[in-house]
Amino acid sequence: MTEFEPIIVTFACHYCAYGAADLAGVMRLQYPASIRVVKIPCTGRIDVHHILTAFEKGADGVIVAGCRIGDCHFESGNIKATKRVQYAKKLLEEIGLDKERLEMYYMSSAEGARFAEVAAEMTERIKKLGPNPLRKEARK
Amino acid sequence: MIIANRKPFEEIKAMVAPFNRILILGCGTCVTVDFSGGEKQVGILAAELRMARQLEGKPLETVEHTVQRQCEWEFIDPIADMVRSVDAVLSMACGVGVQAMAERYPDKIVLPALNTVMMGMPIEAGVFVERCAGCGNCVLALTGGICPIARCSKNLLNGPCGGSQNGKCEVNPEIDCAWHLIYEKLKAMGRLDALMEIMGPKDWRPAGGGGPRKIVREEERLEFMEM
Repeated sequence: MTEFEPIIVTFACHYCAYGAADLAGVMRLQYPASIRVVKIPCTGRIDVHHILTAFEKGADGVIVAGCRIGDCHFESGNIKATKRVQYAKKLLEEIGLDKERLEMYYMSSAEGARFAEVAAEMTERIKKLGPNPLRKEARK
Repeated sequence: MIIANRKPFEEIKAMVAPFNRILILGCGTCVTVDFSGGEKQVGILAAELRMARQLEGKPLETVEHTVQRQCEWEFIDPIADMVRSVDAVLSMACGVGVQAMAERYPDKIVLPALNTVMMGMPIEAGVFVERCAGCGNCVLALTGGICPIARCSKNLLNGPCGGSQNGKCEVNPEIDCAWHLIYEKLKAMGRLDALMEIMGPKDWRPAGGGGPRKIVREEERLEFMEM
């Protein structure tokens, strides 16, 4: 049996995490192929609905990656995102999905290594949790 | 605006448990502004319910729609086909909208997804407070524009009770004493004399004490009036 390779939707802010992901590539850093990057203008654009949609469509994990607190290009987008991620975790529990499948991370665009580290950390976590049960249902 | 709160998810899930296809109907007016029952909340609740039901092995089909106002016939009449196509309607409007739907579609089960709480306003992003109790006999002219009915825990009409401490209410120290606010406001405006007027016992009939209320504006009615 081949090892479970998760799909982790990563909402990455244009001003930081997306740059960090790009830098990770330029630095030739290895990180798991599970990461699917979705570029967003700011994590403040992320709504609970986007996160739920990712899980409903079968994502095994979701990362919201924004600027470090205080560094948001739009001042408070990452703070708004932090609160929405917390709320979405509560909704995931209500639904019956493990809230650990969702996480918010902070990084600057200079932190290519941090992006690779986050990708590896989250992939490990999701591998332990197993596939999104909704996806398993869909596969039957 | 009318301010509501979504019911606990478990309660909503239990209500829709017998059904396979439901319409989740949002309202585009008050509950959109207070983030409890607008288009976005419809999308979130629908996604939550679909996923929870799929995990239980009993998939739920959802139709999502939001009308401008659920409390007027002209906005809920055009969705008749949509209502007909589902087993039940889960309304994300206030209690008025839920009842309008139930009355307009008498054969359909209409369920409330929200608890309607109060008439109020946002004082900052994400914080909503009560401002009016709909008592039917406004006294704001005498109280500096601060309502002692909606904002005093005891609905007092002639000054604070003994439980007013440092401007806070004895019911909950987070609540400002309405009469303290009224006094400070009138003092700042040099209008303390307004407090000399004694308000008599309040007639609570216009507040609902006389049974459900009804207002008729003859000049707006379409029926022919007896002259």
